[in-house]
Amino acid sequence: MNAAEPVLAMRDVAIEIGGARVVDGVSITASAGRIVALVGESGCGKSLTALSILRLLPKAARFTGGTVELGGRVLSAMSEEQLAGVRGDEVAIIFQEPIASLNPLMRAGEQVEEALRLHRGLGSAEARREAIAMMTRVGISDAERRAEQYPFELSGGMCQRIMIAAALICRPKLLIADEPTTALDVTIQAQILDLMRDLRQSAGTAILVITHDMGVVADLADDVCIMYGGRIVESGPVDAIFEEPRHPYTKLLLATIPKLDGPRKVDLKTIAGVVPAAGTWPDGCRFRNRCPLADEACATVPPLVEVGPDHDTACWHSTRVAELA
Amino acid sequence: MSGLVAQRITFSQALVKTSRWWPVALIAMFVAAAIFAPLIAPYDPNAQNLVGRLKPPGTVSRTFHYWLGSDELGRDVLSRIIYGARISLTVAFASVILSGAVGVCLGMMAGYRRGWVEMVIMRVVDVFLSIPAILLAIITVAVLGPSLLNVILVLVLTRWPRYARVAYGQTLAVANMPYVRLSAFMGASATRVLLRHVLPNIIGAITVVATLEFGLMVLFEAGLSFLGLGVQPPTASWGAILSVGRNYLANAWWIATLPGACLFLLVLAINLIGDFVRDYLDPRIH
Repeated sequence: MNAAEPVLAMRDVAIEIGGARVVDGVSITASAGRIVALVGESGCGKSLTALSILRLLPKAARFTGGTVELGGRVLSAMSEEQLAGVRGDEVAIIFQEPIASLNPLMRAGEQVEEALRLHRGLGSAEARREAIAMMTRVGISDAERRAEQYPFELSGGMCQRIMIAAALICRPKLLIADEPTTALDVTIQAQILDLMRDLRQSAGTAILVITHDMGVVADLADDVCIMYGGRIVESGPVDAIFEEPRHPYTKLLLATIPKLDGPRKVDLKTIAGVVPAAGTWPDGCRFRNRCPLADEACATVPPLVEVGPDHDTACWHSTRVAELA
Repeated sequence: MSGLVAQRITFSQALVKTSRWWPVALIAMFVAAAIFAPLIAPYDPNAQNLVGRLKPPGTVSRTFHYWLGSDELGRDVLSRIIYGARISLTVAFASVILSGAVGVCLGMMAGYRRGWVEMVIMRVVDVFLSIPAILLAIITVAVLGPSLLNVILVLVLTRWPRYARVAYGQTLAVANMPYVRLSAFMGASATRVLLRHVLPNIIGAITVVATLEFGLMVLFEAGLSFLGLGVQPPTASWGAILSVGRNYLANAWWIATLPGACLFLLVLAINLIGDFVRDYLDPRIH
């Protein structure tokens, strides 16, 4: 996707839950200063994919194949102790529930300092100074006073900023943001997105955003990976994906976004059928039972092939996608 | 008029402030009495005076002045209560702290680690809860012999599962909170997560259990001593005085009533302090 040395390189990652391949051959690369969006419906495996980077999968899930590299080092071959040193230091995570992500009994400042104390062993005065500097950087005004406050005294947007400050305090190479704006109202959402854009530019952090909100993707991402049924069905630069989708799922997904300037009193578009439960996918292309273009060819798994500059799609009929309304 | 109102507010505020501190003062008093018993008690708690048996409070008999009356052997009830505080407070504090520590550690481990750790610990808890405390006490004492230390040991053995259960349930609830998961995701060790994030969030419930258990421990020590499994006569403990005094309740009410009143005040004070500590630990309240 980018000529620079990638910060994150996942190759052919596979995860199984109870024998079902819920993540199947997923490859994602993210370079410094780029924002990659991982998009898909609930249950398509996008969160599992992200959690597998730091080997934080829930107990039921098993990492069964592939490699994860961070700045050239193979994370998937590291020991638990080595990984504990990477977590929160070189790779940080933020969640979608900003208020629940902060310990209600700890002052905001202490929580921002936590990673510094864990990974850098700083004294309390120095850690506090850095924490306040980082809080100011993520747009918290009056940071000295905020650092002394408890989460219940802060608004949701403020909590999200605290959480981002806590995630960034060790200046990670990679930030994983799992639906970072879902719980926020649109004004705060826009501010948080601005903040992430700013970070990407000023700190050169690679950001992996997990979302199902196409608005966020269009607004924020440089590159997009569309997931369906545990596989990446299309990936490429955000403009190419939005202007000329080459996979029927992407095309239909984009068509479901309601448009304010379109005709009124028209039914919202939907994709026929429902997402099959994990393990009940059809053979071959996992989207074929809902795909209007499906035929016999789709019984064979389509490979991810290049259809444009850095633009890949996994569909036998990628040339006919434009026909879809 | 406004001056009056202002005065009234400060008065009620002052009252609230004092009402917070009197339980602490009371417990400090009991602890001081226990520590300095030989200096405070007017007489030897075991000195008998068969002429002055079952005398009501305020009686003067021979060289004794019974402020709180005398028991069936003419021993001074006040002195026995003061000396008894040593045994009762030691047993109550030691057994609550030790069983609490054991129970909370195991309960948090079971709730956080899950899997086979949870399985083993919680089944052991079930086993311990199913053994009658008295049976366990008799077995322990039969093997180790009766002593103060063994009373504490028995109480720890029989009471830790209560804390383990509460700590386990609370940990289960807290461990799934995003901030706990996030802390582990940030590279914090399990010990650090438990001490920094889980324990502070469950300590309120534990405090409530501990304050309830505190009063029970004093009574259990009395029960064990009564059965001859605890401290042996003539050593005074509140429980021992209570259980002997019960036989004379009809004609010498003071023997059982006065240590009972002390016990009541102690347990009340502990409960009030427990409430206070629980509120203090919650930043949303204070």
